[in-house]
Amino acid sequence: MCVDSENVLCTLDFGPILRSLFPNASPALAEALVDIISIITVSTFCLLIVIFLIWLERKVIARMQDRIGPNRVGGRFGLGQTVADVAKLLTKEFVTPYGADKAAYNIAPFLIVMTALLMWAVMPFTANMVGVDLNIGLFYILSISSVSVVCLLLAGWGSNNKYALLGAFRSVAQLVSYEVPMVISLLVPIILARTMSLNGIAEAQVIPYLFVVPVSALIFYISALAETGRTPFDLLEAESEIVAGFHVEYGGMKFGMFFLAEFVSTLFMSALFATIYLGGYRFMIWEALIGPTPAILELVMFFVKMFAVYFVFIWVRATFPRVRIDQMLNFNWKFLVPLVLVLILSTALVDGLFVGQDETSAWHFWRIVAHLGFNLLIGSGALIWARRNAAARGVAKPEESMRVQAGALVEGADPHGHDDHGHHDDHHGQTAAVPAHD
Amino acid sequence: MQIVFIIVSAVTLFAGIQTVSNRNLFHAALYMMLSFLGVAVLYGMLESAFMAATQLLVYIGAISILVIFAIMMTRRLMQATEPAFNSQWQWGGVASMLLFVLFVTVISQVFVVNPNVQGAFFPPAADEAIRNSVVDLGVSFVSADQYVLAFELASVLLLVALVGAIIVARPDVPDNEMEEAVVVEVVESAEMEAELVEVEAAEEEPTEAVPGGH
Amino acid sequence: MLSDLQYIGLFLALSPIFPAAPIIIQWILSPKKPNAIKNSTYECGIEAVGDSWVQFKVQYYIYALIFVVFDVEAVFLFPIAAAYGQLSLFAIGATALFIILLADGLAYAWAKGALEWI
Repeated sequence: MCVDSENVLCTLDFGPILRSLFPNASPALAEALVDIISIITVSTFCLLIVIFLIWLERKVIARMQDRIGPNRVGGRFGLGQTVADVAKLLTKEFVTPYGADKAAYNIAPFLIVMTALLMWAVMPFTANMVGVDLNIGLFYILSISSVSVVCLLLAGWGSNNKYALLGAFRSVAQLVSYEVPMVISLLVPIILARTMSLNGIAEAQVIPYLFVVPVSALIFYISALAETGRTPFDLLEAESEIVAGFHVEYGGMKFGMFFLAEFVSTLFMSALFATIYLGGYRFMIWEALIGPTPAILELVMFFVKMFAVYFVFIWVRATFPRVRIDQMLNFNWKFLVPLVLVLILSTALVDGLFVGQDETSAWHFWRIVAHLGFNLLIGSGALIWARRNAAARGVAKPEESMRVQAGALVEGADPHGHDDHGHHDDHHGQTAAVPAHD
Repeated sequence: MQIVFIIVSAVTLFAGIQTVSNRNLFHAALYMMLSFLGVAVLYGMLESAFMAATQLLVYIGAISILVIFAIMMTRRLMQATEPAFNSQWQWGGVASMLLFVLFVTVISQVFVVNPNVQGAFFPPAADEAIRNSVVDLGVSFVSADQYVLAFELASVLLLVALVGAIIVARPDVPDNEMEEAVVVEVVESAEMEAELVEVEAAEEEPTEAVPGGH
Repeated sequence: MLSDLQYIGLFLALSPIFPAAPIIIQWILSPKKPNAIKNSTYECGIEAVGDSWVQFKVQYYIYALIFVVFDVEAVFLFPIAAAYGQLSLFAIGATALFIILLADGLAYAWAKGALEWI
């Protein structure tokens, strides 16, 4: 019903409709006005969906922890809870700390929301509904998320507070460290799709890249968890530990802006994962069996995939305890980065076997098999190596970690008693989640 | 387009001047970031989105953070008010004037700046060619007849920079840390001896208790 | 390309409105009664001791440094990855050599203990 159809539902190309709203404008001005409408739509969508996302997160985590979650405000399901929270935040006083640097203190919340919103400019919601299909789409996204790191330093330094500054340093160290595996693991889908544009990567997937390069997907997912500051890497804002880290001196809506930026970037990372590794707006089964997908179905698929990945983000938060900063940085530099370098090397060499040949279906098939095989090899090799490392460090590790914590000589006898070997690090890093004792 | 260029250049120049003359060191670093942003926008206006994104990623995302960390390492930042006065400003002024004259001469040889002449600037490239420019760049990095030697030398340079920086910045292992490690080992071996004694004592107890229980 | 970047430029120009709106609403609605106790910086409920100056660990700087090197490496690798369809075998070998050289850098940093958090 949608082949060669001009029906808006089939193409979701609002361009002609929008341009017809401005019949008297010159083409350049009409384009600019259409752009402005799309910018306002995307940004408003992002801001409003956060209200739903916060409610969703609280409900889902509550159910996973065997309780109900908000159920008082706004009906049986607590739908008005976030609205009430926003209203509360809107009436708080601006308590600017004494001696704060006004420029840095005030710019930080603006800038962090701006960078979170700017990334959405290249996200394809359907084949046609994309802000702008930059030919360097993925690279643009990485540079914008790089700029958002600077905001943390502004916030931490601008608060004139030792703890905010310390929290900002640690946050920046975490974000900067985990950008390396993110950037290099995103090279893998680019090599496979031969293009950096998100539309191009979504279109080039014969089967979703999750099933072709699962190790790259996993590394990207872990780095996205760390980049957005979600559990298990959320010591940036661990309420129970360092109060609130770099945004301790912010109240009301300025804090709300940091909170909002975290949710918007988490949603964006889910959308990015869905586009790059799950095929984004494409409904491949429909395309294989029935034909071209109507655009409204593409939009639905995009949202389904994006929320499925977002659900996994929430699931991970409900399940894992928080890691310590030295564990986190060691994990990054001593496991993820070498793994991702091996991965990119193998992808580059394996794909080199397939360069310059005709793209027949046999070619696609063998390419997928080769990449999948090498990925599974690398993944299992990495797990075996990690287990062997952990076993070799087995008993020695707790004393080492105690040395890290105390930073001083161990005084006197072992305080945990003589029969407690191997259980020393049970209580480190576990806060909100139920500890799992084996 | 012209007005945007003028505004962006003015902002970049202002930020550059503030970087070197602002009394507050942290503000100077922030102005430096603003000037990087201005340069990125200028790259964008030259239709080179890849260079603009590179500027954001590397300069603002990495080098600015490095500079701010370096500032915080070397001085008590909160009261940093530096007199931003260089006593050799006359020579600096002469050198920058000479450089400016040199740049204008060279550029006007290549781009004839005459608004009345058609095609005074290079004609704009086709949109397709610009879209493909990143791919062409990639090919040129590794083609045997293009820039592969420079590319590999760049990687060696990066390696050398990394090694050098680690040698310079690595915290030295002081002698008393060695002593500390030795003392810890001594204490641990003392603990292990104490445990052995305890275990032996516990093993003895049941055997002693049994005759008492009869 | 310029129309693409024009969109980004418009986005950049319009995006301050979205964080500004809630903050301005709060500024209108909120009480404004500053006093010395409220405005003092937070230090777990006690008076702030000493200047707000922290001992800066060199380790932060080293992580940022290694990140810069890997960032520049990634910037080189992105166009090569996008151009993968047109590369010869020699080119792929050159890319592999590039990656191996930088992995050597990481190995050196690891061996010299530059990656320890302490």
